Amino acid sequence: MNLNISPRFIRIWQRNLTVYQENWKVNFMPPLLEPLFYLLAFGIGFSGMITSVSYAGCEIPYVQFIAPSLVAINMMNNSFFENTFGSFVRMYYQKTFDAMMATPLNADEIITGEIVWGATKSVIGTVIMLGVISCFGLVSFPMALLIVPVAFLGGIAFGSVAMVFTGMVSRIELFNLPVFLFITPMFLFSGTFFPISGLPLWAQYFAQTLPLTHLVNLTRALSLGVFNAEALIGFCYLTVFCLVVFPLAISKMRRRLIK
Amino acid sequence: MMSENNSTQPVIVADHLKKTFGSFTAVDDISLSVDKGICFGILGPNGAGKTSTIRMIYGFSPITSGDISVFGMDIKKQSREIKARIGVCQQDNTLDPDLTVTQNFEVFARYFNIDKKTAQERASVLLQYFAMEHRQNARATELSGGMVRRLVIARALINKPELIILDEPTTGLDPQSRHQLWERLEKLKKEGITILLTTHYMDEAARLCDDLVIMDHGKILAQGSPQALISEYTGENIIEVAEPEEEMRAFSRERKARQEDLGHRLIIYAENGHELYREICHRFSHKSCVLRSATLEDVFLKLTGRELRE
Repeated sequence: MNLNISPRFIRIWQRNLTVYQENWKVNFMPPLLEPLFYLLAFGIGFSGMITSVSYAGCEIPYVQFIAPSLVAINMMNNSFFENTFGSFVRMYYQKTFDAMMATPLNADEIITGEIVWGATKSVIGTVIMLGVISCFGLVSFPMALLIVPVAFLGGIAFGSVAMVFTGMVSRIELFNLPVFLFITPMFLFSGTFFPISGLPLWAQYFAQTLPLTHLVNLTRALSLGVFNAEALIGFCYLTVFCLVVFPLAISKMRRRLIK
Repeated sequence: MMSENNSTQPVIVADHLKKTFGSFTAVDDISLSVDKGICFGILGPNGAGKTSTIRMIYGFSPITSGDISVFGMDIKKQSREIKARIGVCQQDNTLDPDLTVTQNFEVFARYFNIDKKTAQERASVLLQYFAMEHRQNARATELSGGMVRRLVIARALINKPELIILDEPTTGLDPQSRHQLWERLEKLKKEGITILLTTHYMDEAARLCDDLVIMDHGKILAQGSPQALISEYTGENIIEVAEPEEEMRAFSRERKARQEDLGHRLIIYAENGHELYREICHRFSHKSCVLRSATLEDVFLKLTGRELRE
């Protein structure tokens, strides 16, 4: 497939940044408050029942186990929702992409700009969340700083999947389907709130195919200050995933935008 | 010498242009050429292929077959260079509702790699030109229909285009807004900008267009200036007779007048209709007989028929 992308894609990214800056106070709230709510619920509410989880042969406190999961879930949600609902509204209701197509920008650049923007939102959310959870001493620096570029990688991965759906759905309501069948199961079963080893064997194998599993593994390893085999596999998986799904997103969206 | 050469070269040349969507043919082998500095109209009923045609011209839709050159460049190879030099006002409102009026200019200018300072200067000139400087901080969603149109056109001028393409620019506007927009477009034409527009308002085409084509079912039915089309297809005058009796019809047939019988209404096309009109009034004492000048609308209806579309 021949991609036709010039650095001009940054113009689409800038457009979304301009809108984001307009509403930055609202946009900053969720990544700031969400980890606090979760840590409160799981850290205090659950601590009586589960005190520690075994990770890589060590026992670690449960809050320390789920804190990186929350960061990884946030990477997924930010880009996935931005490039489904957000991009669809711009494409279908606001005709923003139509206006861009009448300028020197082309369809490939519009889609790339949108996906990179989704990944940027993942990064912004991740930075804020890392700040919050490090106040509780739950992350190990300096290795945890690598979580920031991981957020970009994860954002591109989930943003590309989202764009594939955006290229396919006829109505915005239909996004409930991938959310219900793809995002929610991953949210629960990707080694987020309990180790995958707690699942039946078949489910463990299945969980290994899910991108969030690998994003969680990678983020958790970095947040605990270890770069193990799991982390390396996670990084490779996500890179390959992006290389496959990103061109797929472009091809689906081309069919949608070019009439 | 160079500029002389450029001024004789047409701005747009479309050659055997075709566009199909699956089995549906939207544009069926049309050719046209638009000279520099004129206003060229594409007229036609809904679904005639107007929008499909201009979308191919501004590089939005791929061409199924045929060729288009704009400013002497091939749209298939140099669409980015071409798009940098044209301004497009699409049929839908494509203003960015997440942004204010000024931000709309700034963000749109960035798509053309125009720097912020230049964009701001041009935006303030354009807002003044379109009498909108008092709304520069309004959100795009707060504007009335007429203002939205003006702003879309103003925004399309941010890159100082040599060609502007307008898809039904006045649909849904009140008469005041329409007339104001026409004046602005005439001024732009005087500045040497070439205008390509689609419309199904004949008064609009008659007022603005130097040259036009009438399209239907993807084909060009006629081309010429509004006045040339009127004299070619209908003649100078039109006599309309409401509820004509049989004798009236017989009389008209006997006179071998060019006519159209709509049942309740008889339309007679005449080169110099005054005498015929007096005779009809005299012989049939018709209260409901009217003599009027032929318009582009008569040509349009004669060519595209009177049945409803879609």
